Amino acid sequence: MVEFALPKNSKVTTGKTWPVPPGASETREFKIYRWNPDDGKNPRIDTYFVDTNECGPMVLDGLIWIKNHIDPSLTFRRSCREGVCGSCAMNIDGQNTLACTRSMHDVKDGAVKVNPLPHQPVVKDLVPDLTNFYAQYASIEPWLKTSSPTPQKEWRQSHEDREKLDGLYECILCACCSTSCPSYWWNSERFLGPAALLQATRWVNDSRDEATGERLDNLEDPFRLYRCHTIMNCAKACPKGLNPSEAIAELKLKLVERQI
Amino acid sequence: MSMTNQAPPKSMRTPLGRVRSLGAAHTGTGDFWRQRLTGVAMTLLIIPAIWVVMMLVGRNQAGAAQILGSVPIALILLCFIVASTWHMKIGMQVIIEDYVHDEKLKLAAVMANQFFCAVVALTSIYALLKLSSGV
Repeated sequence: MVEFALPKNSKVTTGKTWPVPPGASETREFKIYRWNPDDGKNPRIDTYFVDTNECGPMVLDGLIWIKNHIDPSLTFRRSCREGVCGSCAMNIDGQNTLACTRSMHDVKDGAVKVNPLPHQPVVKDLVPDLTNFYAQYASIEPWLKTSSPTPQKEWRQSHEDREKLDGLYECILCACCSTSCPSYWWNSERFLGPAALLQATRWVNDSRDEATGERLDNLEDPFRLYRCHTIMNCAKACPKGLNPSEAIAELKLKLVERQI
Repeated sequence: MSMTNQAPPKSMRTPLGRVRSLGAAHTGTGDFWRQRLTGVAMTLLIIPAIWVVMMLVGRNQAGAAQILGSVPIALILLCFIVASTWHMKIGMQVIIEDYVHDEKLKLAAVMANQFFCAVVALTSIYALLKLSSGV
């Protein structure tokens, strides 16, 4: 059966409260999930106070400030710091999002609570293991598949057909959507999840691709596709404002269309 | 919540191999379509079905048999029984597939669900036909 409780060694405990930085006039409290695979201890929530006069407004700025000024062992992924790379996806105040585009001021009450993306194995602190997520993306074969001879110039596409990729190509594979989906929590081994399915729709909709039927064949499965019950947490979580739920509905519609 | 301390891998299969696993079943669209179809059918039939049930309230068996002897009324109830039990079967199967992960238990639960829905449907249809035909 599905496990609704955390395993014994994953129960989160109260961690250390770090002192308020000396000389800080304005601070913001951060409560951050910490777990170290090497010390054999349960995860804990550490409390930090960030000097908001000394760092930028985003949650990622706060995390970097903590790492630089308080606790260098705090571990998280980040790269572009402008919502393009998807590296700093994490759960902030109960919502999966990008730390670089979520302002501290958007977290209204109390401390800024930061956890890793839900229901993924944790590598360390805020770093989830996304191996399965990336393998699912690879499984939808996200590249142009053609049998016709390659044209001398580019594969041509009308403006109308190009528009069919809008709302799909913008996905940055941050995993906010998939890890917010209850169906993905219960069946992440077999359900491809919103992100991989949105990407699959991107290739199914691509007028230049000649493997549409084959792609739909590979998706037609009670678990790979039909675990989606249109819960729509994915659309709520997506930091790019995309709607994976709608993309999945498009796939389902195409599968019905080719049978009727 | 986050999960930590990954269990040691029981297989050395690659992640892509695990995702591809046994391949796509090439099914699911039929059930998806039928669930919508029976849903729409029930939406259309629910008011007439309630109306028939309201007519039956307080009547004895002879009175009920008289009402159900009407072909349109019997057909309404027959369609409602087929649509609702079919819908129930698919809906319950979805829940089992979502939450039951042990393969043997899942197989047994899916089978029990199919038997249960078939028994409910056949019993209801038998009772309806018996009453409406007056046998």
